[in-house]
Amino acid sequence: MKRTRIALAVTAAAALFGVAACGSGSSDPLAAGGSAGKASSGSIVVGSANFPESALLAEIYAGALSAKGVKVDKKLNIGSRETYIPALKDGSIDLIPEYTGVLDQYFNKNAKATTSDDVYAELKAAVPATLTVLNKSAAEDKDSVVVTQKTAAKYGLKSIGDLAPQAKNLTLGGPPEWKTRPTGVPGLKRVYNLDFKTFRPLDAGGPLSVQALKNGQVDAVNLFTTDPSIADNGFVILDDPKSLFAAQNVVPLITKSKVTPTISAALDAISAKLDTATLGQLVKEVVVDKKDPAVVAKEFLAKNNLG
Amino acid sequence: MINRIFAWLTDGAHWQGSDGILRRLVEHLGYSLTAVIIAALIAIPLGLYIGHTGRGRVFVVNLAGAARAIPSLGLLFIAVLWLGPKFSGDIAFLAPAGLVLIVLAIPPILSGAYAGVEGVEPDARDAARGMGMRGPEVLRHVELPCALPLIMSGIRSATLQVIATATIAAVVGLGGLGRFLIDGLAVRDTPQTASGALLVALLALAVDMVLALVQRFVVSRGLTGRYRTAQTFDSDAGVTPPAPALQHSA
Repeated sequence: MKRTRIALAVTAAAALFGVAACGSGSSDPLAAGGSAGKASSGSIVVGSANFPESALLAEIYAGALSAKGVKVDKKLNIGSRETYIPALKDGSIDLIPEYTGVLDQYFNKNAKATTSDDVYAELKAAVPATLTVLNKSAAEDKDSVVVTQKTAAKYGLKSIGDLAPQAKNLTLGGPPEWKTRPTGVPGLKRVYNLDFKTFRPLDAGGPLSVQALKNGQVDAVNLFTTDPSIADNGFVILDDPKSLFAAQNVVPLITKSKVTPTISAALDAISAKLDTATLGQLVKEVVVDKKDPAVVAKEFLAKNNLG
Repeated sequence: MINRIFAWLTDGAHWQGSDGILRRLVEHLGYSLTAVIIAALIAIPLGLYIGHTGRGRVFVVNLAGAARAIPSLGLLFIAVLWLGPKFSGDIAFLAPAGLVLIVLAIPPILSGAYAGVEGVEPDARDAARGMGMRGPEVLRHVELPCALPLIMSGIRSATLQVIATATIAAVVGLGGLGRFLIDGLAVRDTPQTASGALLVALLALAVDMVLALVQRFVVSRGLTGRYRTAQTFDSDAGVTPPAPALQHSA
């Protein structure tokens, strides 16, 4: 009797394993949930990447759309671009704040444009058929390579290219996705011929990166230009004369089928009112003053009669 | 999916280099074993003392139990924010990660140690006393050997947990097998993530088997009843073979 039971249990376990193995097939188990995540028509799901500015912009979009009577669901801090673009494509989210330059480089492997308008035009052509971008705003937030005052003085660094002779002794820090991204480690090698001794994966321009630069675990780090920690710590942003990090205007990326006149009017109005200085100030309130992004978003919308 | 994982694991390029599987394995083992050894150095003497004297039992037992509930990842972020600015260089990340893993490893080893000593047969203690041993001698010659099965069990449990949790070191930029998990997640490279998880599981199993072997050789045979040849007993003398002190192997 006992042997039969053991045999049954083993067969059941093997069958379950077999079903699980075949059932997954070619689908990606990390892919965002399918129909379960889709919102009903007439409502919109706003997502954001996993850094404070993206969450803030998503809150601003969500607030403006709610004020115009659109039903909004928020899914903030999803992850890197490689994670949320598939979510956009399969309908788990409908709208996300993006940056023209990096988005263009993500969709178009041969992206060449560097100025604001050129990049926007190239992006509009490169976006997949089911997605679209609305009007861009004047606000820009670029990736940058940042060093401390001390390092800049020691090696006489003004632009990224100046790192070339020293790079083999230096450590670069950045988000884990920088290891393979065209604007990350491969891009620095391709455009400025930089071969760093090591690349230390940290977070996307967050507290780990700032701390690592401050305490010397990395010699240069990737931070976003609107990050208040740069000014607070006297960091030096290295110039990018060869425009590896092209123009990065904030722009809403949205599923084409979700665009209605109300939604595009609301989002275009936000883009018209946002500029780099304002964005920098808002990010400072979230990161330095530790205010809730939803509150900061509400205040911005109220001040500009958008919410 | 299984094919893609297999393909990723068998790709030779993934095994070599500063990013390769071998290097990450060594780093992972380094973090884990260092943490377990330091935790054992703290927890075993403490556990032996508590078990032998019975002092501080309630306090330490409850503290160890509460420490098991601490979420490792949360503690890691707190430790990085607190300790990070105090150090420069790699220590600023190694110290918090090490601290978290040590805190994780102490409760199982501590429990094993004091439960082991407390569970020693009173007859054995009595016999030791009868032979003239006092205090520390009883501990060293009788209680510690008898407690070894439970101590080893605690060490194995701690090692398993630490190897599984040492993946969080990758969240703060360190190496180890967690690197494949985090980097794979960041760029949605699922075979990389799944391979990393699989490697961690395999490593944990392999180390546990090694420790089982160690346990087999370290724990006295009088406890486990494991004899190479059958013991013969003279039936005329009316002596029965001694029952093993344990009915199961730890």
